[in-house]
Amino acid sequence: MARVVVDVMLKPEILDPQGQAVQRALPRLGFDGVVDVRQGKRFEVELDGPADEAALARVREMAEKLLANTVIEEFDVRVEA
Amino acid sequence: MAPAIGVVTFPGSQDDQDALRAVRLSGASAVPLWHRDPDLHGVDAVVLPGGFSYGDYLRAGAIARFSPVMESVIAGARDGLPVLGICNGFQVLCESHLLPGALIRNGGMLFVNRDERLRVESASTVWTADYAPGQEIVIPIKNGEGRYTADERTLDALEAEGRVIARYLDNPNGSARDIAGIANAEGNVVGLMPHPEHAVEELTGPYPGPATDGLPFFTSILKHLVSVSA
Amino acid sequence: MSDPSPATVAHTVDSVENAAATPDVEQPYEALGVKPDEYARIRDLLGRRPTSSELAMYSVMWSEHCSYKSSKIHLKQFGEKAPDVDFLLVGPGENAGVVDVGGDLAVTFKIESHNHPSYVEPYQGAATGVGGIVRDILTMGARPIAVMDPLRFGPADAPDTHRVLPGVVRGIGGYGNSLGLPNIGGEVVFDACYAGNPLVNALAVGVMRKSEIKLAQAHGPGNKVVLFGARTGGDGIGGASVLASATFDEDKPAKRPSVQVGDPFMEKVLIECCLEIFAEDLVVGIQDLGAAGLSCATTELAAAGTGGMDVQLDLAPLRDATLVPEEILMSESQERMMAVVTPANVARFFELCEKWDVTATVIGTVTETGRLRMTWHGATIVDVDPKTLAHQGPVYERPYHRPSWQDALQAATPDTLSRPKTGDELRETVLKLAAGPNLADKSWVVQQYDHRVRGNTVLAHGEDSGMLRLDESTGLGVALATDGNGRYTKLDPYSGAQLALAEAYRNVAATGARPLAVTDCLNFGSPEDPAVMWQFAEATRGLADACQILGTPVTGGNVSFYNQTGEAAIHPTPIVGVLGVIDDVTRRTRSAFTGEGDILLLLGDTRDEFGGSEWAHQVHGHLGGLPPKVDLERERLLAEVLIAGSRDGMLSAAHDLSDGGLIQAVVESALRGDMGVRIVLPGDLDPFVALFSESAGRAVVALPRSEELRFTDMCRFRGLPVARIGVVDGGAVEVQGQFSIPLGELREAHTGTFPALFG
Repeated sequence: MARVVVDVMLKPEILDPQGQAVQRALPRLGFDGVVDVRQGKRFEVELDGPADEAALARVREMAEKLLANTVIEEFDVRVEA
Repeated sequence: MAPAIGVVTFPGSQDDQDALRAVRLSGASAVPLWHRDPDLHGVDAVVLPGGFSYGDYLRAGAIARFSPVMESVIAGARDGLPVLGICNGFQVLCESHLLPGALIRNGGMLFVNRDERLRVESASTVWTADYAPGQEIVIPIKNGEGRYTADERTLDALEAEGRVIARYLDNPNGSARDIAGIANAEGNVVGLMPHPEHAVEELTGPYPGPATDGLPFFTSILKHLVSVSA
Repeated sequence: MSDPSPATVAHTVDSVENAAATPDVEQPYEALGVKPDEYARIRDLLGRRPTSSELAMYSVMWSEHCSYKSSKIHLKQFGEKAPDVDFLLVGPGENAGVVDVGGDLAVTFKIESHNHPSYVEPYQGAATGVGGIVRDILTMGARPIAVMDPLRFGPADAPDTHRVLPGVVRGIGGYGNSLGLPNIGGEVVFDACYAGNPLVNALAVGVMRKSEIKLAQAHGPGNKVVLFGARTGGDGIGGASVLASATFDEDKPAKRPSVQVGDPFMEKVLIECCLEIFAEDLVVGIQDLGAAGLSCATTELAAAGTGGMDVQLDLAPLRDATLVPEEILMSESQERMMAVVTPANVARFFELCEKWDVTATVIGTVTETGRLRMTWHGATIVDVDPKTLAHQGPVYERPYHRPSWQDALQAATPDTLSRPKTGDELRETVLKLAAGPNLADKSWVVQQYDHRVRGNTVLAHGEDSGMLRLDESTGLGVALATDGNGRYTKLDPYSGAQLALAEAYRNVAATGARPLAVTDCLNFGSPEDPAVMWQFAEATRGLADACQILGTPVTGGNVSFYNQTGEAAIHPTPIVGVLGVIDDVTRRTRSAFTGEGDILLLLGDTRDEFGGSEWAHQVHGHLGGLPPKVDLERERLLAEVLIAGSRDGMLSAAHDLSDGGLIQAVVESALRGDMGVRIVLPGDLDPFVALFSESAGRAVVALPRSEELRFTDMCRFRGLPVARIGVVDGGAVEVQGQFSIPLGELREAHTGTFPALFG
């Protein structure tokens, strides 16, 4: 059993209205000094076997195909210790 | 003078004009309130309307609840000010902890706009007194995050205390125990996912109808306010 | 040729001074879509080579999308043949046309395409399509009050359609719902020709007082130029020209620019902010930033005003600080507006922006120099006559000729197709068409749209037209319908375009509104293909002629070319939107049969017309012959009767006859009212023809027996053929002597298709 985490974020050049809305709200709540906020998604993928290279390749494939919309998003795959 | 009912406009509110119209049609005086203004301008009751306050980007209602007007609404509600939260307004009330539970993404994952059959479960709140308990009504829903959820203990308590005010007859979104609306323990704060303000005119209400089943929410509060001021 | 990306052109700022001093620098104009002769013309106009910023501006302003260079000579007809009317307040050429609807109210409406972006990224493409057309309406000074979306997709069961359609629908809903705009109509049509080239057209309508109309003009030297709304990012850089001119041919390198992402929340606050600004009369002129972004807004404002403008481009607020001037000029970041404000009003303008948390920045000043000058940290990077960008773009007289295959297509009539003969066969055909993706119930789609918000929606999806109340005290309202049939237009572009207009016109009249004016979105293949250009020439000629006859001027619209993959163009698909006015919305007519015992009347003539029909398409996969005959005088007469019947309270239901013919209309009205019908077909017609023919100029109406004589007398007096064909009764759609289908079975067939395909 292994857990692989896929973080999906909008590509840096793509407008992130969600992050901007949060950023605008923060000063109103007294949190100053925040220059930028970007909001993403985290997927926790539980594997029934070890997180070996082959398994990670499969996770990358599922991220490419399903979890992320690679037209506007990028993703990062890592094994959770 | 007719009692005054305020309708809050947050940036991103959509159904504020509709709520103001429904208040007017019920005979009350409709007062627009602004999210940045903590002054409630002496209104006797407040409606938090539908929409997507601040874009609803973090969680629906999550940012609105920190607005200046909400500080006054929250304080007022604790002192008995009647407050009705519709759709996004319900979400704001839950984020404000004036009502328990939360609204999450619909079971079908999609935004759903359709006329919904409801059963009024409680006519003992100031917002539902004009209905008969058990009355079946038709009110539109339109939301993407309208699925009511709370832990089992909270749900049991809501049921036991008669605080479920309306239930779906054909649950559209997987809401726990078919809940469409709830009240606080005192009955002055009500949250409702369906939109009664969209069922107040023959011309624009649900088709084929009944078209005006939402009006009693507004006449209920008006009668209550008239009776307490008399 | 150097690297084509605009970023590399601009490692150092290419100033006017530098351009004059280095005339021989090679510029990547072709990669920007500028043809060699166009580049030579730019050099001619400037008397030197353009700076890279100027080249960026010319490339987007002279693109097909912005300059209408291939369509211009044909679109002229809409003006030349425009009917002489007194209600047109603003005609084509502005952001949207404006019509007088009575009282002190004016209505503005327009349709636009967002086809290619919606294929690349369906959600954002469709969302920003809504955002763009809504800003056009806002720019006229109007409060946007509704949207509609005519859509075309590839085959319903094709895998790519399952990528594109759900995303497009969610995008339209996600953006429109968040703007608080009711979506009151549209179409969803499938055809193999749209695989790879979906059509995502968006219509918006707005209302204002006549005195509040705003124009995109920068008048008054010394007035300030204010950029407000979202910050500028790298969205869709080059999108206007590159997206609009590149086809998705897999053999060529993909020219896919970064996608534009919309922020409906920003647009919502921008709308409310602008309306408060308009209410206080704080702007001299206003323009939204759409395709070609800042390039287009500055040049159009300057060209239509005093003539000059100085802009300090480095003052534009950026989302991405690394953007270079060329990119800023081409960026298509959404939710931005540009206003011209007198110095005295600037403070109040900024106060209102602050109230709505909208970023606003003065970036320039109106001048009387006749030049649009832009600086970047002190260096002059643009110095042009704005008219050369806005109005003096290239005009092409593209060659066109009737394609060699047109005769064969028209000769392949549907007459030889096998037709259902027995009652059972007819029954089966009814169910098959009602369940076919084109005619099936679209609730799965439209339930994702909010049609109620603002509380003035009188009619929406499932009715012949969308209808909105404008004035609660008088009941004054407007109705809108969009239609377009690519199959008809492929068979005969001239009459196909006319049939699109006729159907939308008929739909508006069927609800009781008087058709007034037209907007069109002309979706075609590549204008470089003479066959496509012939289709375009014929369709525009047909539409202009028909608008003249029906007295409904074209007030504005949009041309979308290059809807093709490789050599294969889509069916020519002009989508026509018709706006109508109704004095009292409580007099509207719905399409549902609701009155037990009501009489059913068929209005108009039915002929054996199956070319391009839904039956030929759905049952036989056949396309050939000629489309139904067009009779515009008949359409006008039918409309008059429908409007009178509605106004005088004679009708309990009316439904126009189009795709699928009489029986499909009856099925829809019966299901909508949950009430059956018994039909007795006129003896002189073959039952198949009577039920499925798509002859134009027809409608079915239901009315109480007590109104029958008065109504039929009116028809006879006016010369409109009318035939009693049945009665509203029971729980089935029954055609006497042929078949009977219980409503439950019909409903299952009609409503099951979309959930099964996409649910």
